[in-house]
Amino acid sequence: MTDFSARPILELKNIHKAFGPKQVLRGVDITVAPGKSLVIIGGSGTGKSVTIKCALGLLKPDQGEVRFDGELVSTRKTLDTIRRRTGMLFQGGALFDSLSVWENVSFALLYRDRVGRGEAKKRAIETLAKVRLPASAADLRIAELSGGMQKRAALARAIIANPDLIFFDEPTTGLDPITADAVNNLIVEQVKALGAATVTITHDMASVRKIADEVAMLHEGSIIWRGPVADLDKSGNAYVEQFVHGRAEGPIQPAI
Amino acid sequence: MTSHHMPLPFRPFQLIGRTVLGGLREIGHIASFSGRVITACVTPVIYPREVVRQCIKIGFYSLPVIGLTAVFIGAALALNIYTGGARFNAEQFVPNIVVLGITRELGPVLVGLMLAGRVSAGIAAEIGAMRVTEQIDALLTLSAKPERYLYAPRVIAGIATLPILVLVADIIGVLGGWLVAVGALNFNGALYLRNTWSFVTGNDIWSGLIKAAVFGGIISLMGCYQGDRSKGGAGGVGRAATLAVVGAAVLILASNYILTSIFVRIGL
Repeated sequence: MTDFSARPILELKNIHKAFGPKQVLRGVDITVAPGKSLVIIGGSGTGKSVTIKCALGLLKPDQGEVRFDGELVSTRKTLDTIRRRTGMLFQGGALFDSLSVWENVSFALLYRDRVGRGEAKKRAIETLAKVRLPASAADLRIAELSGGMQKRAALARAIIANPDLIFFDEPTTGLDPITADAVNNLIVEQVKALGAATVTITHDMASVRKIADEVAMLHEGSIIWRGPVADLDKSGNAYVEQFVHGRAEGPIQPAI
Repeated sequence: MTSHHMPLPFRPFQLIGRTVLGGLREIGHIASFSGRVITACVTPVIYPREVVRQCIKIGFYSLPVIGLTAVFIGAALALNIYTGGARFNAEQFVPNIVVLGITRELGPVLVGLMLAGRVSAGIAAEIGAMRVTEQIDALLTLSAKPERYLYAPRVIAGIATLPILVLVADIIGVLGGWLVAVGALNFNGALYLRNTWSFVTGNDIWSGLIKAAVFGGIISLMGCYQGDRSKGGAGGVGRAATLAVVGAAVLILASNYILTSIFVRIGL
């Protein structure tokens, strides 16, 4: 059960965001307690990725505020603080293909924290081991890794600096069910070891049930339901039920 | 009022206005982007490893294409000058005009245009691919500014390596002219080189190298700018590469005229 008494590590209040005439977010409110895992579900194009990008300062909301650990994220300095204390696993991995695996994993240590290359490589290999990648993978190029290995390397990059909050954007997209389950297990295991809070967006209901403490459903730019993962099957919300059961019939019109 | 409701006689004005405003907006974007990148080039933190990596990519790997370009240009120039000079018995000036033409004009401009194709398009495609695959967003989440980590090393490398490439092109271009002059036009090889060496001045070489440094900055900046703005998948990346080449080529030719005017005025 989520501890609502603790000060949220992340708060999004009344976030609005439009791209030209298209209003994507219409007042999104999200809170994430320290050490807890929130999963945001919703159809394609409902604004899940935009929500995460607003939280990370990659997009500037048109309206609303983002607070990290109680502090309003409004200046470059506060943005820098939030980025130092967060990790992000992008949908496609977003690994830098001009660098080796270990340079990718330890990028924040090398270029932000100015850690020496020897020490950075040592820590990268330790972190690769946590995500079940062998030390022999450290010197490979990104193109030499399989999709599952790339996801693991991206996970290692997200956790190497011991963040307080980790964002996962579709962590199992493009993976076979077995590899996807292995990645979910790694996420749960590593997040628990770090004691970090997480915000995950996914369509994969198996991932939701495995990694979520709480679930929020985003539809047409607003959170329309939120509750503990145990309540997902008894939400009483027609939108949530349709999405969870993957039915074409219901209030949500398929985007085709 | 939308274009649909605009009375027909006013539509050309609307089109002209929109085009002018669009052009001004683009100039503003380029100026703002260039300002941020140039600031990153001259203030800490600079990543030397990245600068060296880009110097190798931009400079070293461009040597073959620059060498080939220069040798053929030098050869063709010698033939043309010989043919033209023969009309008023001035064939003996081939070495003088070849070295002057190559060092002051053809060396920097042709190297610049070749690299606008090779380097600017390459940078735009690479940065564009990074943009559409969220690698630039990933950089930001890792507290690395793209201006510092991606763009400044490329611009520094462009400014640093273009003069070296132009110097190489000058030498190879003169040798191309020498090959044709000695092999096909019956010039004395030693005399040709002596005439070249005694005629060329430091100002001829320096003016070409200064142009090269400016062109190097333009080539890298246009590649970074168009790559940074690309969106929409593979099509967007391709469009960015095309725009980078066209933009860099036009800016090279325009800035070449401006720089030449300045050099003539100050006697360089």
